[in-house]
Amino acid sequence: MTQAPNRTWADSPELAPKGKKAVPEGLWIRCPDCAAILFRKSVENNLWVCPECHHHFRVSGLRRIRQLVDPESFEPFNERMTPVDPLNFVDLKPYTQRLADAQKGTGQNDGVQTGAAFIKGRKVILACMDFEFLGGSMGSVVGEKITQAILLAADRDLPLVIVSCSGGARMMESGFSLMQMAKTTAALARFDDQGGLFISVLTDPTTGGVTASFAMLGDVILAERKALIGFAGPRVIQQTIRQELPEGFQRAEFVLECGFVDRVVERSELRSEISRIIDYAGK
Amino acid sequence: MARSNKQSGGFSLPFEQAVIELEKQIAALEQRDNAEDFAPEIETLRGSRDSLLKKIYAGLSPWDIVRVARHPKRPQTSDYLEMMCRDFCELHGDRRFGDDPSIITGLGRIGPYKAMIIGHQKGKTTQEKITCHFGCAHPEGYRKALAKMKLAEKFGLPVVTLIDTPGAYPGIKAEQRGQAEAIATNLREMSRLHTPIVCVVIGEGGSGGALGIGAGDRVAMLEYAWYSVISPEGCAAILWKQANEQSNAAAANALALTARDNLANGLIDHVIPEPVGGAHRNPHATAKDVQSWIVDQIRQLTRSKPETLVQRRYEKLRGIGAVAWQQPQISASAGH
Ligand SMILES: [Zn+2]
Repeated sequence: MTQAPNRTWADSPELAPKGKKAVPEGLWIRCPDCAAILFRKSVENNLWVCPECHHHFRVSGLRRIRQLVDPESFEPFNERMTPVDPLNFVDLKPYTQRLADAQKGTGQNDGVQTGAAFIKGRKVILACMDFEFLGGSMGSVVGEKITQAILLAADRDLPLVIVSCSGGARMMESGFSLMQMAKTTAALARFDDQGGLFISVLTDPTTGGVTASFAMLGDVILAERKALIGFAGPRVIQQTIRQELPEGFQRAEFVLECGFVDRVVERSELRSEISRIIDYAGK
Repeated sequence: MARSNKQSGGFSLPFEQAVIELEKQIAALEQRDNAEDFAPEIETLRGSRDSLLKKIYAGLSPWDIVRVARHPKRPQTSDYLEMMCRDFCELHGDRRFGDDPSIITGLGRIGPYKAMIIGHQKGKTTQEKITCHFGCAHPEGYRKALAKMKLAEKFGLPVVTLIDTPGAYPGIKAEQRGQAEAIATNLREMSRLHTPIVCVVIGEGGSGGALGIGAGDRVAMLEYAWYSVISPEGCAAILWKQANEQSNAAAANALALTARDNLANGLIDHVIPEPVGGAHRNPHATAKDVQSWIVDQIRQLTRSKPETLVQRRYEKLRGIGAVAWQQPQISASAGH
């Protein structure tokens, strides 16, 4: 397995090299896995999966929603919820500047889209994280929108589907980000108490405080093939233990072998996988 | 970093050099055969040392505080168990995989209360530090903690947790055994545990590894503890692209990781003041204050029905976060 573009570490929004889009620009694109030169349109029509080797390109939250739901069925919530800078956080750049850049680059206020939708005719509450927005990191807005999505699913007794794609908790909101882990999981406890169905979909990458909170608490956990899934990111682990990581370490297939996801799925199967679990759960 | 200093037991904090000098002078006088002749001088020197310490500690930067929190002589969970807990009955194992020594769990009496006590253990001797992975727990540590919390719930005992970890262990086996799942499950189950949960960050509150036993009804931090989403070094390495003295200090500052900052931000409920010069200079006084705060919380919390506690705990967590609302307008949809 080739790798490097998706290397991540826990709680790191800095994964994406500057200005790098989840999906490359241009008429022709090169598959990072098999190196095939592909006609962009043909990849797009294939759910952003390489027709040659099945490499799953990373997709934005909105593109994910379009792929997943029945046409025109997505009804967004809390679109106008927007982040603040509670700590006046400045590193090499002010957080406010990073937010403004990310908002300009993605057209989104923050790193998750939530709403109601239909998947193969079944109504769900859906949340899709957006890696393009500061590495999909979870700050107050992501935590709050996810929490509201969970509570809405509980309120309406609808299945909940969260598609995770995140480097973890957002450093620039520090303790506020950390506590979103406790908040989202507390909401999930309520949903669970009510017998709600939560399908957690892990995509590349899902690490850090997102994995260690709602993402790992699905009643059923699906993972896209070869997605990087873990608590600590590979770099941190490598620095700690100072040895090479095993082949395929923290990839979806490895995590399945370890017993922490139910199924590894192809992107093309995701709609049918989700809808049949909803049917089995009787939701 | 810390320099070796024989006179003060092999370790001293860089900002305490002047104090160490005074302590050397005091020790020199005390060792003289006619030490009693110098009693007044010794008294004066002690007075100057105390006021100097007070002054230094009043002006500690967040990065200095991180160093105090990591002081090798800082009391650990095992010390608190000894100092504030009677008849401690350690309970081992997660009933799944093993027994992680980096989280100690067991039954004990604190003041008038019986409780389940759970705390990170960093280790004191080199051997113990290695066994405890310097306070970085594996999944079995979090699962052990949860198993004992459920035991406490069953018998109506309050849970007391002492938090002191640089973070959950980042390693191959920890990942294989589901570090993320273990922490996530603890968070969910702690939020609905039907018994009081009282938490104190006694040293380091490193991210999810700290929160994994830290989602409680009442959370306090010792004055020179730190608690944050990531360590200053980790943050500096990522956002400042390098971890050195300057960037670590800058990150510590930016992360708002001190007890006072966390209290001001509404993320904890209380700051327990430490003796002059930090907990390591007077572990007994520290333990006494930690104990009395814990006892007060248990007293208050046990007045409420478990259902009420769970509801309030939920509401407290539910309220955390800082968001704003954009004025109604169609937002640009670039890039799609
Ligand atoms: Zn390919």
